[in-house]
Amino acid sequence: MTRQVVAIGAGMHPWGKWGRNFVEYGVHAAKAALAEAGIAYTDVQYVVGANTMRNGYPGYVAGATFAQALGWTGARIASAYAACASGSQAIDIARTRILAGLCDVALVVGADTTPKGFLAPNAGERPDDPDWQRFHLLGATNPTYFAFAARRRMDLYGATEDDFAAVKVKNAAMGALNPNARYQKAFTRDDVFASPLVSDPLRLLQICATSDGGAALVLASRQWAEQRGITGAPCIAAVSTATPTYPATTVELPDIATDSSRVVAPPARGFRADVIHQAYEEAGLGPDDLDLAEVYDLSSAMELDWYEDLALCPVGEAEKLLRAGTTTLGGRVPVNTSGGLGAFGEAVPAQAIAQVCELVWQVRGDAGARQVEGARVGATANQGLFGHGSSVIVTR
Amino acid sequence: MAVQVRPAIDGWFVAEDGVVALLGAQCTTCTTVAFPATKVIVCPNPACDGVEFRRLEMGRRGRVWSYTTNHYAAPPPYVSPDPFVPYSVLAVELPDVDLTVLGQLADGASIDDIRVGSEVELTTKALYTDGDGVARLVWAWRPVADASVVPRAMTAEVSP
Repeated sequence: MTRQVVAIGAGMHPWGKWGRNFVEYGVHAAKAALAEAGIAYTDVQYVVGANTMRNGYPGYVAGATFAQALGWTGARIASAYAACASGSQAIDIARTRILAGLCDVALVVGADTTPKGFLAPNAGERPDDPDWQRFHLLGATNPTYFAFAARRRMDLYGATEDDFAAVKVKNAAMGALNPNARYQKAFTRDDVFASPLVSDPLRLLQICATSDGGAALVLASRQWAEQRGITGAPCIAAVSTATPTYPATTVELPDIATDSSRVVAPPARGFRADVIHQAYEEAGLGPDDLDLAEVYDLSSAMELDWYEDLALCPVGEAEKLLRAGTTTLGGRVPVNTSGGLGAFGEAVPAQAIAQVCELVWQVRGDAGARQVEGARVGATANQGLFGHGSSVIVTR
Repeated sequence: MAVQVRPAIDGWFVAEDGVVALLGAQCTTCTTVAFPATKVIVCPNPACDGVEFRRLEMGRRGRVWSYTTNHYAAPPPYVSPDPFVPYSVLAVELPDVDLTVLGQLADGASIDDIRVGSEVELTTKALYTDGDGVARLVWAWRPVADASVVPRAMTAEVSP
């Protein structure tokens, strides 16, 4: 039988603006995941931490930081950084090591403590760093890029500010049912329109905040789990960390210019769609198989782009899907049942892991009031800076 | 006393005699282009082994790919005017080199005149005044006054 990797436990520290050490959130989430798995920490053979760049040296070596905080056991470790995709990269490393037969059970942890306000580049003058230059030369904040995508939807596909608000209202309603979400409030359309414009056409309530939080998963080989009587654990059927293909012609954070398509024609499938396509291929599944998805709604408008990248509908038709209620709880493919980034705010290294936690709970039927009835297959979609992106597919 | 001006960054654009151009690097092997020229180490086209580049003054006109107006000050290293005034950032497709590049909207231009697809041209704007009292310039975009005019040949190659 093909070796399979299953998620035997998922755990979180609730998202918020707690202002404490990120290690505390990571340890809390790890303990919660281990408790759900019903195994001891001393059983863990491999620890992977998703790094944070805003908490000093312990954040750069998160695997070791969490392993030390949980108590040294001699386990092998790794620390991964891939911007917003760090958590998926950590899952990928652990899963691959299990698939290779180099270990049987691994703990994956990501946690962050974030400053208030816009995410800004790290300190110091670095003229060769595009992330530094886009702030310095242009004042091109993250919401600037989110707004570009939103504006294109309006000018090309007829999206309206009401559509973007409707995404926020939909996700807030589901986030209100999630005890781990930072904002457990069912915001209304009026709330959205009363919030200040940040980057036209996007308003404050349509842009994800930065949060504190932690998420963890216990992954194991199916065989190891079943030997311990753990049956029916959800399978991590695919992890895609595809990079763009030259020429990448969509304006993406943090770059000031795209590649040129003067000599080489752009690939048929754009970067984000390709990240997901590769996940579908790896899992042997397609968009028709999805029962739900967790997507990176850095802005409410961006969720609509993801519908198309997930191939839930043709390009330009995401608004139709939204308006038809297809992507809300009770619809054909609910998107962001956790509440998404809109309800969580982004705790960068934890976020991609949190997306997978939601899928694990959903396909196990343990998602409580936000349960998608009969959920068997879910996909995550995530994008980070510098050509990082990820998609994880979880199956019952 | 004449106001001293200097680019806010070296090697990304030229502004001489009223002519403003962004500086790309063109691979001498496959002719693809990359911006900014300063980032290029080897040819970014993975199918090309090129390691030599000529400096290319890229098109002065382009079409708006997208745009926004920011209503909050960006954090440092952006030097935000005090008091803050909303500022607009555009992403512009350059048809002669087939790439898209960002830039602020020029002073005096109105974002109300901009749509996806609008034709714009390069100019400069003062980004901030540095510690020596020197105005630091950055490239900027403004609507083309008469968009019906067929743009002249947009690429000028200069010796490396």
